[in-house]
Amino acid sequence: MTDPVFGPAPQQATDDLELVQLLTPEGERVDHPVFGREFSADQVRGFYRDMTLVRRLDIEATALQRHGELGLWPQSLGQEGAQIGAGRALSPQDFGFPTYREHGIAWCRGVDPVRLLALFRGVDQGGWDPFEHNFGIYSIVIGSHTLHATGYAMGVQRDGAVGTGDATRDTAVVAFFGDGATSQGDVNEAFVFAASYNAPVVFFCQNNQWAISEPSERQSRIPLYRRAQGFGFPGVRVDGNDVLATYAVMQAALQRARDGQGPTLIEAYTYRMGAHTTTDDPTRYRLSDDVEQWKLKDPISRVEAHLRSNGFADDDFFGEVAAEADALGERMRRECHALPDPAPRDIFAMVHAEQTAELAAQQAVFDAHVASFEEVAR
Amino acid sequence: MTTMTLAKALNSGLRRAMEDDEKVLVMGEDVGTLGGVFRITDGLLKDFGDDRVIDTPLAESGIVGTAVGLALRGYRPVVEIQFDGFVYPAYDQIVSQVARFHFRTQGKVRMPMVIRIPFGGGIGAVEHHSESPEAQFVHTPGLKVVTCSNPADAYAMIQQAIRADDPVIFLEPKRLYHSTKGEVDESATPPPLWQSRVVQAGTDATLVAYGPTVSTCLDAAAVAADEGRSLEVIDPRTLSPLDLSPVFDSVRRTGRLVVVHEAHLTLGMGAEIAARVTEECFHSLEAPVLRVTGYDTPYPSARIEEFYVPDLDRVLDAVDRTFGF
Repeated sequence: MTDPVFGPAPQQATDDLELVQLLTPEGERVDHPVFGREFSADQVRGFYRDMTLVRRLDIEATALQRHGELGLWPQSLGQEGAQIGAGRALSPQDFGFPTYREHGIAWCRGVDPVRLLALFRGVDQGGWDPFEHNFGIYSIVIGSHTLHATGYAMGVQRDGAVGTGDATRDTAVVAFFGDGATSQGDVNEAFVFAASYNAPVVFFCQNNQWAISEPSERQSRIPLYRRAQGFGFPGVRVDGNDVLATYAVMQAALQRARDGQGPTLIEAYTYRMGAHTTTDDPTRYRLSDDVEQWKLKDPISRVEAHLRSNGFADDDFFGEVAAEADALGERMRRECHALPDPAPRDIFAMVHAEQTAELAAQQAVFDAHVASFEEVAR
Repeated sequence: MTTMTLAKALNSGLRRAMEDDEKVLVMGEDVGTLGGVFRITDGLLKDFGDDRVIDTPLAESGIVGTAVGLALRGYRPVVEIQFDGFVYPAYDQIVSQVARFHFRTQGKVRMPMVIRIPFGGGIGAVEHHSESPEAQFVHTPGLKVVTCSNPADAYAMIQQAIRADDPVIFLEPKRLYHSTKGEVDESATPPPLWQSRVVQAGTDATLVAYGPTVSTCLDAAAVAADEGRSLEVIDPRTLSPLDLSPVFDSVRRTGRLVVVHEAHLTLGMGAEIAARVTEECFHSLEAPVLRVTGYDTPYPSARIEEFYVPDLDRVLDAVDRTFGF
């Protein structure tokens, strides 16, 4: 439809004409004029292993929540292709700012899955060291961390760590977020700042089609990746269930950032196969038919089909990965149970770098209150 | 010793901080080429370059949010919010992010950031340019909140705030920027940032004021002295953490306390100070703690703002009332 005065009407948000794909849902390799590239069998086996283990991580955590061991768990089921493809494209010096469903990225950055459990068990609010992993704490406030990523990228520029040509020095920063976040002011402001300063940041949006109960059409009348153009930088939509394509597109965008060419928006088109979190019931708002359709596009099955049909992996390999997944699940259960509760009195010392007399006094009052029960017990 | 305006003192303090530590950045709307709408950052762009003095897009959440990222990368951003009423778009970043990174990460991440906010009324401005939002930040765990009332404090405190490893909301009494001059000793060793100060000693009643109302209270003390009353004036300087030891000492001697601020009455700093003084000095009090404040209305239009901002007469009236008990 074209408006007689203002011209063409918006496209549909679900229009997927320009989806970059290197591996079809059936496991067939296809080429792409821009992002086409070769992958070694070793690399593809590695992707398979990562995705399988991260899926197990997610399933195990979901089960732990059902058993009452976690307060909540946001499932990443179905998004392993997008997350492993993006996560494995990062260099050690790159820095990622995640939202709370980025278990696959956390995996790639070396964050122990038990630390993710600790967060959702209520043991802490993010127990890993962001600087040890170059990976921030899960952001709960949707989109807020896209500004942190942009600011960090501005810092990278000031450190002269872009465009030097030194592959161990040039640094890209990534903001990971979802389709729901694209409606947030902070995300749009991050786009403005990143464009204005040409900051070395990649905006990696996993469009998993659902923001809790709201479909992505509620967030946007146009395909999300096309928003980038309005801000003045390129955007691309990739098949997020295709780990190879996601890796290729992500690597190109990261290199662009490291080279000093500025920001890129990647829309990884995928599907949230599970619920928003374990408290959600997706049967209230979406059709099981849709879920069945997306099952056919599963990111892991297509890699398995590709590996098997090309003789890149045998039953022994798949058996080894399955055993590794079992061991991971077993360790997660065991170590989740063993996570110690934090000491309540420690909260007073966590507020500031330089403790205040006021909080020290409140801690003393708290200690005395706790001690008064010990007196009674004696 | 140099005589300078409060604006110049802040400018000199910022310059000194930038000279001392190359990680210190200044960022905000119009802080570069223009030197800030109040000229607090005048000349900094020329001397430190646009890597360190950053004119930003007009988006307060974006300014504070990117400052968080810069701090994570090891910088010490000094953010200017152009006017008090424009801080609210950044409120989420300040309250949910800046204030909590240290707590969230059990101290693994520090957030050494200063957010400068010109605050208070009396400049004949349109809406959103005359507000006093300090209580909202004092009520937020993880932030430190300070305010200067004179050029010497301004010069020292801005440097101390920048050196602090915690996020500091730095409130500047904008109507004093260019109207107040004072001696600044650039070689002096200032008192700790988190310490309040007895600005004027007295024996009959205690006044607590900060930022723009300190000078109002000093004027009130001068008039009261003519009438035979000796008022002690205390400037907490830092609103969070609140160092009330000198106030407790004072109230134990005088038995009477009046708190003066421009911010709204209900749940303002006066309420907190009254509660703490009641807890600590209950048996010394000869009268209830009284408050002279802005009213619980939005800040009014400029032609009538003099009726809203605490002035000499309202402070003196409260002093009279505290002697009436």
